[in-house]
Amino acid sequence: MKNVWLHRYVVLWAFCTLFLVVAGGLVTSHDAGLSVPDWPLSYGKLMPTMEGNIFYEHGHRMVATTVGLLTIFMAVWLWRAEDRRWMQNLGWIALLAVTAQGVLGGLTVIFLLPRPVSIGHACLAQLFFSTTVAISVFSSPSWKRGSIMVDDDGAPPLHWLAIGAPLCVFIQLALGAAARHQAIGILPHVAGAVVATGMVLWFTVRVLMRHADYDSLRRSALALVSVTFLQVFLGIAAYMSRLATAEAPQPMPVMVGFTVAHVAVGALTMAASVVLSIQVFRNVRRPMPAMQTARIAIPF
Amino acid sequence: MKKIYICLGIVSILTFSGCGKKEPESAAKEEATAPATAPATIDDANAATVTGKVAFSGDKPTMRNIDMSANPACARAHSGAPPKSEEVVVNDNGTLKNVFVWVKSGLPERQWPVPSTPVELTQKGCMYGPHVIGVMANQNIKIVNNDPTNHNIHPLPKINQEWNESQPPKGEDKLKRFAREEVMIPVKCNVHPWMRSYIGVVNHPFFAVTGDDGTFTIKGLPPGTYTLEAWHEKYAPQDVQVTVGAKESKTVDFPFKAS
Ligand code: HEM
Ligand code: HEM
Repeated sequence: MKNVWLHRYVVLWAFCTLFLVVAGGLVTSHDAGLSVPDWPLSYGKLMPTMEGNIFYEHGHRMVATTVGLLTIFMAVWLWRAEDRRWMQNLGWIALLAVTAQGVLGGLTVIFLLPRPVSIGHACLAQLFFSTTVAISVFSSPSWKRGSIMVDDDGAPPLHWLAIGAPLCVFIQLALGAAARHQAIGILPHVAGAVVATGMVLWFTVRVLMRHADYDSLRRSALALVSVTFLQVFLGIAAYMSRLATAEAPQPMPVMVGFTVAHVAVGALTMAASVVLSIQVFRNVRRPMPAMQTARIAIPF
Repeated sequence: MKKIYICLGIVSILTFSGCGKKEPESAAKEEATAPATAPATIDDANAATVTGKVAFSGDKPTMRNIDMSANPACARAHSGAPPKSEEVVVNDNGTLKNVFVWVKSGLPERQWPVPSTPVELTQKGCMYGPHVIGVMANQNIKIVNNDPTNHNIHPLPKINQEWNESQPPKGEDKLKRFAREEVMIPVKCNVHPWMRSYIGVVNHPFFAVTGDDGTFTIKGLPPGTYTLEAWHEKYAPQDVQVTVGAKESKTVDFPFKAS
């Protein structure tokens, strides 16, 4: 019971992080990254005039600082209140990630948005959000009720899909970030969408066909498949809105809306694939070679 | 958190600046050791002149309105009519404004004197004025902020060193220059993403920018055969060959077409 508040806090932290991803997407879509040339201060102050694009860039820094503080508190809370050692470690990893993310953000400003740094900042943001969602799952009351252990002897092993799907989604995110920051064209990302969506479908359909009776598996699979479809639709909309506004003298609201939504739902897609994988690793027994009878340790 | 950011920031900046900043230093050295060619003076007595106009044919594209509502201080400066994008400005006499015309090749290898007066680039009503300027390499550009709002000035050169600096409302003027020839360097303000201007940096004084009458004049040319280029931000650049003798004046027109 004592950890109910910890869980609620972690969920709040994850929501704040999603909001931070939206705030970051707004920076990129408005081309506001360099509207504040200095860092860590903004125009030499803690609080510059929030006009024009400074609102997005400095606003993003403020939300990031808040999430940073929330992360410190979360790590310390886990360390004090969590019995599971690996959970404590996960808290520290999250703190390390948010710090690295902040430094990447500052570096990209100081070095005038070098592509590798901006792309790294975009990718790490996605991974960090998935970490916040994973910690939310691990700290939830339903997690503490224990696992259900179902069998799955399909081929390929479900656990392979549970690794392959988030991996494909992550590669897809990275290709999207590279395209968004103009390091590569859009084609690899569109081709990647076919692969990533295919993997997600394979993974979720397999779970839904065989394990739909189990709430945690069914819900996670439904969430992943729906969010992925939404993401594909938003990707097409983002692409079309870029084309439609290419001649405009400034970033247009339709383009900003669809591209930012695509970045944010991209974060949700990544997180949903991680959650389903976690549920599979926790609740589905790994198929054992016929002769082997010893119990194997299940992670988590 | 802020402290951690600051510490990590400083450490990484120190580490990164080691590799990041090397390039300009060695570039500066390279320039210093380059063999000095004899400084050239413009021989007014024999100098030739090339004049002409940049004509525009076809449908005049309609430029879009700029929406400055994101920054009321900017919008107020245009309370009459919303400003329009300056991507293509066709003059009333059917000529094209903001075309940078310069001698691309054919000049003798000389060091031309760099004017000591700076060229002004002003930020007013959250627009750059003029939209296109030309300077000689190492000539100063005076950047002025007449607006009651913060601007950042961010040139995007490919050959010269990129930089990004802020200028507060009515802040001190900035003197800036570019060391190498580069046609053109786009300049933008990320606070006001519609702001865009272009700077042409040339090793000699033989360049001009077309204005409201679409004409240009390049004076003081030594006799010779030159390639003139007309550059426009939207349309493909055009080259023309011209031969001028001593004291000769020639007319060259560039025909641009709507795409
Ligand atoms: C600490 C947590 C942070 C997170 C999770 C985060 C997240 C993000 C995200 C998701 C984007 C959008 C990337 C894209 O759309 O491709 C972004 C962009 C950006 N962030 Fe952050 N950010 C953080 C901290 C910071 C900090 C401290 C700064 C400091 C200056 C910063 C500066 C920027 C800049 C300049 C961009 C625009 C990059 C570009 O347009 O190339 N970020 N951030
Ligand atoms: C599973 C499918 C997909 C995922 C997970 C995904 C993910 C992403 C992410 C995360 C980004 C932004 C990366 C960053 O933070 O900088 C992005 C960018 C982009 N994606 Fe996707 N995407 C998917 C499918 C698609 C599809 C089908 C299209 C259709 C053409 C598309 C078009 C785009 C475009 C145009 C951008 C760049 C947006 C911009 O110009 O600002 N995506 N994608």
